[in-house]
Amino acid sequence: MSSERLNRYALTPARKRRDRIARGSILAATILALIPLLLIVYYLLSKGLSSWSPSFFTTDPTGNTFFKNSTIGGIESAILGTIEIVALASVLAIPIGIGVAVWLVEYGRTGWFANTVRFFVDVLTGVPSIIFGLFIYIALIIGTGSSYAGYKGSLALALLMLPVVIRSAEVVLLLVPGDLRESALALGAPRWRVIGSIVLPTALPGMVTGVLLAIARAAGETAPLLFTAGATFKTTTSLGGFMNSLPVQIYNDVTSPTTAVVDRAWGAALTLVVMILILNLIARAVSRRSRLA
Amino acid sequence: MTTLPPNTSVSPAPDAETPTPRTTAMDPDEIAEPSQARAPAPARPEVAPASRPAAPTKAGLAVHLRGLRAFYGEAEQVKGVDLEFRANEVTAIIGPSGCGKSTMVRCINRMHEEIPGAHAEGQVLLDDFDIYDPSVDVVAVRRAIGMVFQKPNPFPTMSVFDNVAAGLRLTSHGRRSRSKAAQQPKVEAALRSAGLWEEVSERLHEPGAGLSGGQQQRLCIARSLAVDPEVILMDEPCSALDPIATLKIEELIDQLKTRVTIVIVTHNMQQAARVADRTAFMLDGRLVEVGPTDEIFTTPNDPRTEEYVTGKFG
Repeated sequence: MSSERLNRYALTPARKRRDRIARGSILAATILALIPLLLIVYYLLSKGLSSWSPSFFTTDPTGNTFFKNSTIGGIESAILGTIEIVALASVLAIPIGIGVAVWLVEYGRTGWFANTVRFFVDVLTGVPSIIFGLFIYIALIIGTGSSYAGYKGSLALALLMLPVVIRSAEVVLLLVPGDLRESALALGAPRWRVIGSIVLPTALPGMVTGVLLAIARAAGETAPLLFTAGATFKTTTSLGGFMNSLPVQIYNDVTSPTTAVVDRAWGAALTLVVMILILNLIARAVSRRSRLA
Repeated sequence: MTTLPPNTSVSPAPDAETPTPRTTAMDPDEIAEPSQARAPAPARPEVAPASRPAAPTKAGLAVHLRGLRAFYGEAEQVKGVDLEFRANEVTAIIGPSGCGKSTMVRCINRMHEEIPGAHAEGQVLLDDFDIYDPSVDVVAVRRAIGMVFQKPNPFPTMSVFDNVAAGLRLTSHGRRSRSKAAQQPKVEAALRSAGLWEEVSERLHEPGAGLSGGQQQRLCIARSLAVDPEVILMDEPCSALDPIATLKIEELIDQLKTRVTIVIVTHNMQQAARVADRTAFMLDGRLVEVGPTDEIFTTPNDPRTEEYVTGKFG
């Protein structure tokens, strides 16, 4: 019988058992990792949704939190503050970061200077976020004797984003096949045109992902904003003054003894997550379209 | 004298510029001129060959290698080659892997020096003009001497049209010549010359990467033709293609030699026999022998050539 001839190729029972154990433990690890993720989403939705209402998004926090029936207000100033601070930080960090990555990949390559830059970028990636806040605090607040301001928060976040943008953009640029550069160079294109017209468009979808990660990380940071942008109740469009932000408001609200204010923190947390999700979806749509163009 | 080779235009078209050698130093704007001035003015679409293949506008130029040596760091890969590529002929370069064929060819349009640590010595003369002269802008060299690579590599973010127009767009200076309308005649002519127009005329705005492998390679040939080069270097252009696509490329090479000089590196000796007017055999970084293709394959002078072409080694 042919099945008998195949027997000597069959897996031994011990080997089959090892396979089952290995597969089972990998599955268990996956489920274990999913549990906290699902719990976070569950808690955010169950606690945060109840505090959502139209006025939640359109009113500023009032600061009247001592009495049970006082109007505590919403999170408008925090939403707008986060958008403004993160937008300025992105405007600062993304072009510089991509510029550094382009230089590293296209010009610096493996020279000593490029490797030094890479080393410090790696070091910066691992620096705790509060250090960036402290740096700005010492340099721009103590150092100049001035007070908190939205733009100082932006600077702290930009410093935080920079290494993330550089590293992710560099990885994606390295993925662009060398023969694309070569064939563009062989057409007689100057190097800057090759970078602008071939390398960057090819790398765009991947770079968008990296930039998004950086923005998402910056938008969720509390520590660098606590003593750079400060906290305030009022909606403001001036980046030169105190500015509220979602993480800082969440931080302040959660520590409040009033239940309604803690609930507002949950609502604000859910808002922050939804904002980042929307940003993600928009960027994905944009990069998908640009790939087909 | 630092000048690009004079235009050897044979067409009586309005673009027939007097081939006065330039004596000025080469700045980038200066270099851009020959290719633009030579071609029909892009703003006049009526000169576009709308329904017939583009007439050959000019003849190619000869290339001479004089004592060419190429290095990767300290390692010498090409060890002093003297070789002539005659104008409007197809010259095949054969030889075992690692003998320096590709490296030598990459020296002809100065792509070799793009590799970190690599450099070349000796002379490469386009007509009678040394492209390694210190005053030469490497960008100008690559416009005059195009290149087709081993693997078809259309730009993945670009449509068929934009792929062919890429050379025009990436090398032009004026905004006028960068508009699609201005590029249309040149793109069509290049696609016709590459024998691809019939197949892609309805799909010009679809991604170039969506074509088949053979079509992609012809797209790459069209892309290098669009900038109107004098010489086209092909580095094993068919090694990634099936026999039918290979045949189409070979037919194309035969047609193209009326307007450009072609240098083709190939591992396939039948291919060399089919397409090449002359064949050069290289071994260990040196030229062993060069001559008319049928002589190289039937009555070579050097015993090593005979051993190689009869399949005794390599």
